[in-house]
Amino acid sequence: MTIGLGHYLAVGAILFTLGILGIFLNRKNIIVILMSVELILLAVNINLVAFSAFLNDIVGQVFALLVLTVAAAEAAIGLAILVVYFRNRGSIAVQDINMMKG
Amino acid sequence: MIQAIVFLPLLGAILAGLIALAGAHARNPSGDTVEHHGEVHGPGDHHAPAEPPAAGTAAAEFITTALLFVSAALSWITFVNVGFFKQDMLVQVLPWITSGDLQIAWSFRVDTLTAVMLVVVTSVSSLVHLYSVGYMDEDPHRPRFFAYLSLFTFAMLMLVTSDNLVQLFFGWEGVGLASYLLIGFWYQKPSANAAAIKAFVVNRVGDFGFSLGIFAVFMLIGSTDFDTIFSAAPGLTGKTIDFFGWHVDALTLTCLLLFMGAMGKSAQFLLHTWLPDAMEGPTPVSALIHAATMVTAGVFMVARLSPLFELAPNAQAFVMLIGGTTAFFAATVGLVQNDIKRIVAYSTCSQLGYMFVAMGAGAYSVGMFHLFTHAFFKALLFLGSGSVIYAMHHEQDIRNMGGLKDKIPFTYFAMVIGTLALTGFPLTAGYFSKDAIIESAFVSHNPFAFYGFLMTVVAACLTSFYSWRLIFKTFHGKPHDRHHYDAAHEPPLWLLIPLGVLAAGSLLAGYPFKELFAGHGIEEFFRASLKMHPNIIEEMHHIPATIAYLPTLMMVIGLFVAWMFYIRRPYLPVELATQHQALYRFLLNKWYFDELYDIIFVRPAKWLGRFLWKKGDGFVIDGFGPNGVAARVLDVTRGVVRVQTGYLYHYAFVMLIGAAGLITWFMFGLGGQ
Repeated sequence: MTIGLGHYLAVGAILFTLGILGIFLNRKNIIVILMSVELILLAVNINLVAFSAFLNDIVGQVFALLVLTVAAAEAAIGLAILVVYFRNRGSIAVQDINMMKG
Repeated sequence: MIQAIVFLPLLGAILAGLIALAGAHARNPSGDTVEHHGEVHGPGDHHAPAEPPAAGTAAAEFITTALLFVSAALSWITFVNVGFFKQDMLVQVLPWITSGDLQIAWSFRVDTLTAVMLVVVTSVSSLVHLYSVGYMDEDPHRPRFFAYLSLFTFAMLMLVTSDNLVQLFFGWEGVGLASYLLIGFWYQKPSANAAAIKAFVVNRVGDFGFSLGIFAVFMLIGSTDFDTIFSAAPGLTGKTIDFFGWHVDALTLTCLLLFMGAMGKSAQFLLHTWLPDAMEGPTPVSALIHAATMVTAGVFMVARLSPLFELAPNAQAFVMLIGGTTAFFAATVGLVQNDIKRIVAYSTCSQLGYMFVAMGAGAYSVGMFHLFTHAFFKALLFLGSGSVIYAMHHEQDIRNMGGLKDKIPFTYFAMVIGTLALTGFPLTAGYFSKDAIIESAFVSHNPFAFYGFLMTVVAACLTSFYSWRLIFKTFHGKPHDRHHYDAAHEPPLWLLIPLGVLAAGSLLAGYPFKELFAGHGIEEFFRASLKMHPNIIEEMHHIPATIAYLPTLMMVIGLFVAWMFYIRRPYLPVELATQHQALYRFLLNKWYFDELYDIIFVRPAKWLGRFLWKKGDGFVIDGFGPNGVAARVLDVTRGVVRVQTGYLYHYAFVMLIGAAGLITWFMFGLGGQ
């Protein structure tokens, strides 16, 4: 069985769904949400690379590298915010963070 | 001269009003802070610590009274000039309203009819001013009182001198306003306020008809000037107009509508309920406005419009029906009342009914004769009652009086003279005028003539009874309230002079004027100012002797019964009242008119008001109107706020749904094409 484009896309879709579910079903820790976001970005990266190979277009892989950089920066900022938040509130449980409302 | 007569009272009113304003300002310099005294001025608080009188009180009293006396003197001169030397005047003052066909001017029409009213109004008014100086001497608000009195006099003079219906209406409303202000003069008393509002509202009913009548006149004739109306009126006989889908005779309808105004102002049957309540005002006001002048405005108006009424026999029939009914009805109620002023008030109501009987019979000058003499003796009776009330320290219930004739002999004599004149004792003023009315009703060809005749004759007997009842219970017998009896004293000279003058008028105003008002001198005296029924005066002189003596007989019967009941056998009236409990209650409660009106008009009006308030305003407007829209927006946002939970995963979920929806739409909706 040769591994074709469809399989790569399936893996990407599975990762994406896992990331989405991680955001929704998680009630405990904000870090899990950050990880889920990373998963979603990875799913996007797999798609980009897969299409890049399939279409013989290098731009997709360039774009994947860019996404990786952005994801790393985003994770760094997110974790930094979390650390500050934890210092102030003493908790980073998802259920405790509900101040974003009118 | 006529300008001076009319405007001097206005000048007095303005000056006294300014003094009153200055006084009010001095009392409450900051303007809107009202001191609460916790006391009520007026009857019942004679010994309450009095507020100091307003500054300039004496000046206000002097100015208004002096100006009124000047005005009265000029009025008598005018009366002689116009009545005997035939110097009728028509004085143009100012143009007032000029709008297309509608041309109305301020102008004074002085003919004999007006001259008679001028004399009545200014004489009684000046005497009442003088009387008030003494009567109101404990009231701190005298400048305001005198300003109102003079304002009333001015409005009344505008009414009687008017040359067109609109100016008449101006005076008409002016006296209504002054009446309202004076009834409610003791504004701290809730009952006085209620009575003032009642008088105003009931008069509005009549004025509504009156203004419709004026509109009808303008529609038919195109002018409101009396001369134009009277010359055009004969051409309108037989003409019909549409009124709510009915084809009615134009003149009859107009006269009926105008008469509706007269019914309101003159407190005739069905619109009479305000007059007895108006006795809440100070007694001089009752004498001036609610006995001698304002309430006769309706009679004057019908007399002034006699050329119209003469052309509308059906309207005349109605006038006589109402007049007769009022004469009888008010007299029956007067039989059992216990408040001294209310008895006189019902008597006024009844006598106004007499005047309208004469108007209905077409004997306008006879009605004016009664108006003239009635002004003297009814003002006398009211001012006499005022003296009694003053002497008794604001006691008004005749059951608590008795035996006063030795204490206040002068007032007693004045009241007896007034009563003699009112009941038609031979050779007093009332004798001539009342007999003339009854005779005119007897010979009239009005369909209700016999009814009017019967009612006035019966009412003559009742009048005599209740008037003497008042005298006997007040001045004779044993005193019922020892404390008040001992304290009773003859009032000061200010009060006695007007009583003396009016008593003289009550005795003497009849005979000298008999020929002028109800004899062969009418043509010469009234000339064009009245249009009499052609033959009525002639026929009045050829009535059977029995009819001529009937009123006097009735008077004697009433006097005898009253004497029997209240002097000879005082237990009789009590027995009678207990035997005929239902009738007694019926009369004591004034035929239950107030209760009836309460059920028919007041409660539905209140119900409607409450309905519009709660349902119309509260539910519909506030629910769906401006406030309602705002409230609905709030409701929506309150729901939206609940969506905003603050939980991250909810937002993310919404984001996902949105993204999914957007992509689906692009793929299958827009993108699919």
